[in-house]
Amino acid sequence: MPVPADKFFFIDANRCIGCQSCVQACSECDTHKGHSMIHLEYVNRRESPQTLPVVCMHCDSPTCAEVCPADAIKRTEDGVVQSARKPRCIACNNCVLACPFGVPKMETSMELMMKCDMCYDRTSVGKKPMCATVCPSGALHFGTMAEMEAMRPLSRPINQFQFGAQTIHTKVRMMVPKHSAITHLDVADGMFDSETADDGDAMLSAAVFELPIL
Amino acid sequence: MKPNWMQPEAVRAGIRGMIAMLVLAGLILLGSRRLAHFDAALVGYLFASLFAMFGITYRYSMWLQRPPTAMYWRRGWQAIFRRRARASNLGLGLRRTISAFALNVFIFRRSFLRGLAHWLIMWGCLIGCGITFPLVFGWIHFEFAGEGYEFYRAYVFGFPTLAFGVESWLGFMIFHGLVWASFLVIAGVMLAMRRRMRNHDALVMQRFGEDILPLFMLFAVSITGLMLVVSYSWLNGFAYEFLSITHAVTVIFTLLWMPFGKFFHLFQRPAQIGVAFYKDAGASGDQAICARCDEPFASRMHIEDLIEVEKQLGYHYEMATESTDHYQRICPRCRRVSLALAQGQAWKKS
Repeated sequence: MPVPADKFFFIDANRCIGCQSCVQACSECDTHKGHSMIHLEYVNRRESPQTLPVVCMHCDSPTCAEVCPADAIKRTEDGVVQSARKPRCIACNNCVLACPFGVPKMETSMELMMKCDMCYDRTSVGKKPMCATVCPSGALHFGTMAEMEAMRPLSRPINQFQFGAQTIHTKVRMMVPKHSAITHLDVADGMFDSETADDGDAMLSAAVFELPIL
Repeated sequence: MKPNWMQPEAVRAGIRGMIAMLVLAGLILLGSRRLAHFDAALVGYLFASLFAMFGITYRYSMWLQRPPTAMYWRRGWQAIFRRRARASNLGLGLRRTISAFALNVFIFRRSFLRGLAHWLIMWGCLIGCGITFPLVFGWIHFEFAGEGYEFYRAYVFGFPTLAFGVESWLGFMIFHGLVWASFLVIAGVMLAMRRRMRNHDALVMQRFGEDILPLFMLFAVSITGLMLVVSYSWLNGFAYEFLSITHAVTVIFTLLWMPFGKFFHLFQRPAQIGVAFYKDAGASGDQAICARCDEPFASRMHIEDLIEVEKQLGYHYEMATESTDHYQRICPRCRRVSLALAQGQAWKKS
């Protein structure tokens, strides 16, 4: 069964509180038993407590799959980019290095690339992915567009990203200010001179922006 | 625009497939001494094998022409034969081959039962193929040795080799080689089917043609082969003709399916060894330093190769910044952080 067409995965990294719930829940998923596929990163641990969860964005044209010499990574018809097929993956690490979002993980001892597959055993039957089920702050949410609009009246989702000269469209959406003019996120905006306390604060202020007290 | 089968890479693959098929046909003529030792009853198997040879070579050639595969095929061989490491690579290659292919250590690490299922199926198939193909091609035949009928001698490519007693323990083991292979395959298929029927990940991801059909075919080949033995050993040849035709159909279908389905991974997997040597070569060379955090994160050779492959695939990750000319020079962690920071910047600007 495909993932329901009206359900989307929304990421709002600003809202992450670093509780690790998603990491633990992810490792309990049946499609990658015992292995957590989420990256929970500190932006700059010395300066700020800000964390961010990274799941697969499920690109329309997945670079990881294209650069795979073993042709091991497949995208299902409903747009979910699956983990490497076990009989084929030769553990070359190409996907890990090529993914513009830095998502795939290499399990060297098993000679196998593993990555977030949006808990396909769950989402393909209409359930939420494990991480979105347990996230207490709404940094990860799986639901309809209408649900998201009601929950975040000041935000809107986008799925277009710019990496240098390359534009990537994804199945997973990321939240940006509703009334800004941006049509895409350019990774270069956050890339250089950004490991400062000021950036951590920028993310924090974005998180509190939608609290009812402001 | 030309149809797919007329594209240059498809034509090249077709020519290579034909050459491989003709070479095999030539080896069959040679090994069977101009078909003198060829068993005409096995002609169906022969033509299925020739087709499988064409199909496998065609698909392998198409696979090798994909830009990333072509790159790592070339780089893998260069790494294996690089001058400074030739001697050590020989021992390392042997160790890796035994660990990965003879023992399936990496699959056992994924799960014990998964490893066991694969190991049983793999060795069952290897023994089965090792016996069947040389017999079908007439590369091996047996003749009585000496004056009496007590000893057999095996002839390989027409050359006499080992002799053994017809009633000996060794003879029993050799003549029942396919029976032992069937036992291994059936046990492995049972374990694999159990996983495919019970595990949630297998249930949601598996495809009939890719994952289930090969198991059915291996089971069918093994069980019909065993039934032949049962028929001539204990049932005075009851239904032997029907069973032999059924067995032939299952084997021929399996051979014809080899280039298309999961069985093709048999021919892809050796690339794993080349990749290991490529990683060794990378680790002993210059390292790529992340343009954002200044930390090493991969071999420079790997990053440069990846940039070239992405260019061939039509990706444009080039960047026009002071710090770097290409997004590939940013480490995966910095990519993850940078995107979130870009999102934060969007809120800050708004």
